[in-house]
Amino acid sequence: MSNDKVTTQRSENPFMKYLRKDRLPHIFCAGCGNGTALNTFFRGMEAAKIDFDNIAMVSGIGCSSRIPGYVKCDSLHTAHGRAISFATGLKMGNPNLDVVVFTGDGDAAAIGGNHLIHAARRNINLTVICINNNIYGMTGGQISPTSPKGSFGSTAPYGSIDKPFDLAELVVAAGGSYVSRWTAIHGLQLANSIKKALNNNGFSFVEVVSQCPTYFGRRNKLRTPVEMIKAFKENSIVKKKADKMDQEELIGKIIVGEFVNNPRPEFSENICKLSEEKCGKVQLVKSAYLNEF
Amino acid sequence: MFIQGNEACARGAIKAGCRFFAGYPITPSTEVAEELARILPNYGGSFVQMEDEIAALGAIIGASWSGLKVMTSTSGPGFSLMQENIGYGQITETPLVIINVQRGSPSTGQPTMAAQGDMMQARWGSHGDYEPIALSPSSVQECFDFTIKAFNLSEKYRVPVIILTDEIIGHMREKITIPDEVKVTKREMPQEKPEDFLPFKADENGTSPMVPFGEGYNIHVTGLTHDERGYPDTSSPKAHSKLVKRLCNKVLNNRESIVSVEEEFCDDADIILISYGAPYRSVSAVVKKGRSEGINLGSLKINTPWPFPESQVLKAAEKAKDLVVVEMNLGQMVHEVESVARDKANIHLISKIGGELHKVEDILSKIREL
Repeated sequence: MSNDKVTTQRSENPFMKYLRKDRLPHIFCAGCGNGTALNTFFRGMEAAKIDFDNIAMVSGIGCSSRIPGYVKCDSLHTAHGRAISFATGLKMGNPNLDVVVFTGDGDAAAIGGNHLIHAARRNINLTVICINNNIYGMTGGQISPTSPKGSFGSTAPYGSIDKPFDLAELVVAAGGSYVSRWTAIHGLQLANSIKKALNNNGFSFVEVVSQCPTYFGRRNKLRTPVEMIKAFKENSIVKKKADKMDQEELIGKIIVGEFVNNPRPEFSENICKLSEEKCGKVQLVKSAYLNEF
Repeated sequence: MFIQGNEACARGAIKAGCRFFAGYPITPSTEVAEELARILPNYGGSFVQMEDEIAALGAIIGASWSGLKVMTSTSGPGFSLMQENIGYGQITETPLVIINVQRGSPSTGQPTMAAQGDMMQARWGSHGDYEPIALSPSSVQECFDFTIKAFNLSEKYRVPVIILTDEIIGHMREKITIPDEVKVTKREMPQEKPEDFLPFKADENGTSPMVPFGEGYNIHVTGLTHDERGYPDTSSPKAHSKLVKRLCNKVLNNRESIVSVEEEFCDDADIILISYGAPYRSVSAVVKKGRSEGINLGSLKINTPWPFPESQVLKAAEKAKDLVVVEMNLGQMVHEVESVARDKANIHLISKIGGELHKVEDILSKIREL
């Protein structure tokens, strides 16, 4: 390349084939971590050798829940907080589908907290990608159940006063069989975790700690995406190391890594087995389209 | 077969092709869930007890898009929790059936007593403009028959359909006949190939074939206002108006083929009693007794409170001088009767709350005073 010419032509992103190009451009702000999350999802999906055509996505309400709408697969964009309950029905109705839920901290942990812990308890085979940006982005920057104590939001003008949820630990306690957490800077580790999550025959939860420069950063002295990314880099501590540290040392840190990888009997399979025992046949899929049952 | 109303709803659902039930225990509807937990596995179906009623409705909507016929059952407090997702079912045109076994309310109210207090909530309990379909059985046989009908209407118009029963009908035991064969509406696949198919394109009064997930059609289903492809289009007044009007019109413009009423002795009646659900049982006895005393009574039994049978009520008002609405609330459907027929007849309300059915003599003594 000569010095006086700047090449503007770029090769298309290899994952573009998975997107609904007719819906682009997307609504996400510049610097948002949602793109990284989706990119690493596709990398993990290919590594897991999951057939893209077999994927169905479900989401609730919020910025991260808009992701499935841009992916060229069957997708259910549901009510706020309820994605996991819809996904439960979808998976039960057709256990052959690889059902993936995209959700956020407000969607999954505030209004949808009950569905999250019960799906984990059942160990239903869903892969939940929870993009945790510690803030309500879609509604303009209110604090969420994961906002760090002392952080600012439009509904916490004097700083958040209560203890945030540790989502990965919450799902471990509720019974999830694969749980991990990384930040948006951990592309490789995230893709690897998503691969494991998709291959886990049970409830998998991947928390992606992500930047929202527009609403979280702006109010918390991390105005640019770069500053937020730097903060993730400086504050991330791998779980194995964190396990040896005391609580005081961990204040303000983001513990990343695999929290649990412990397969156990899966819910929809158990229900199918019951059907087989009772009537000698497997559960019928798409029976609404049949003349005879 | 000698069974309970709630069990009859469960049996009707199986007969109609329901193969997925998600629910949450609540008196006085629990027997519907219990019966389906027991028998669904025998038909290759699945039952899930969810964490709450919001999740129950979410799960059945998800399962409906997987390609199954689906149902849930509940009572007042649970029905209140389901309202947001009922609106989601409306805007996404998802077939599903909800059995609401009504109990004394508001709030926790009277869990073990009957009421008809959810008639208006069934109509517009969720936010926004929509037109529901609701059926109201007054016997155990009707619990069975109307549940099948609810599934068929739900599939035909792609709408949530609500069965408004109550504690009396739900817990009452009667002998019913289960036919060997019933007419069942099945879902159809579109003629178009996936790349040509517009999942939410339909004529002004209609709906389009519903494609299940996993068929390669790459359907996007959203609760946002959407275009014919299913893509969000939330700031165009035209797109919103077109979608919401079509959703309402597919019920309203087909009102005459959806509604069902039963007339008895209306042709020569001076007074027509209008009822639905459990109170019809008293009304039926009142009409016979009244006639034996020389009072020309007739009965108009409404099987489908929603959409409201306007022309049928108007016809009754043209025949009789007085219309008497008998209902187990402080007056809900009477407002519909008034809005349709107040210029044609005198409209009266005989209401009762507290959980007990109207006594025949109580209704008759009020009629004698007219």
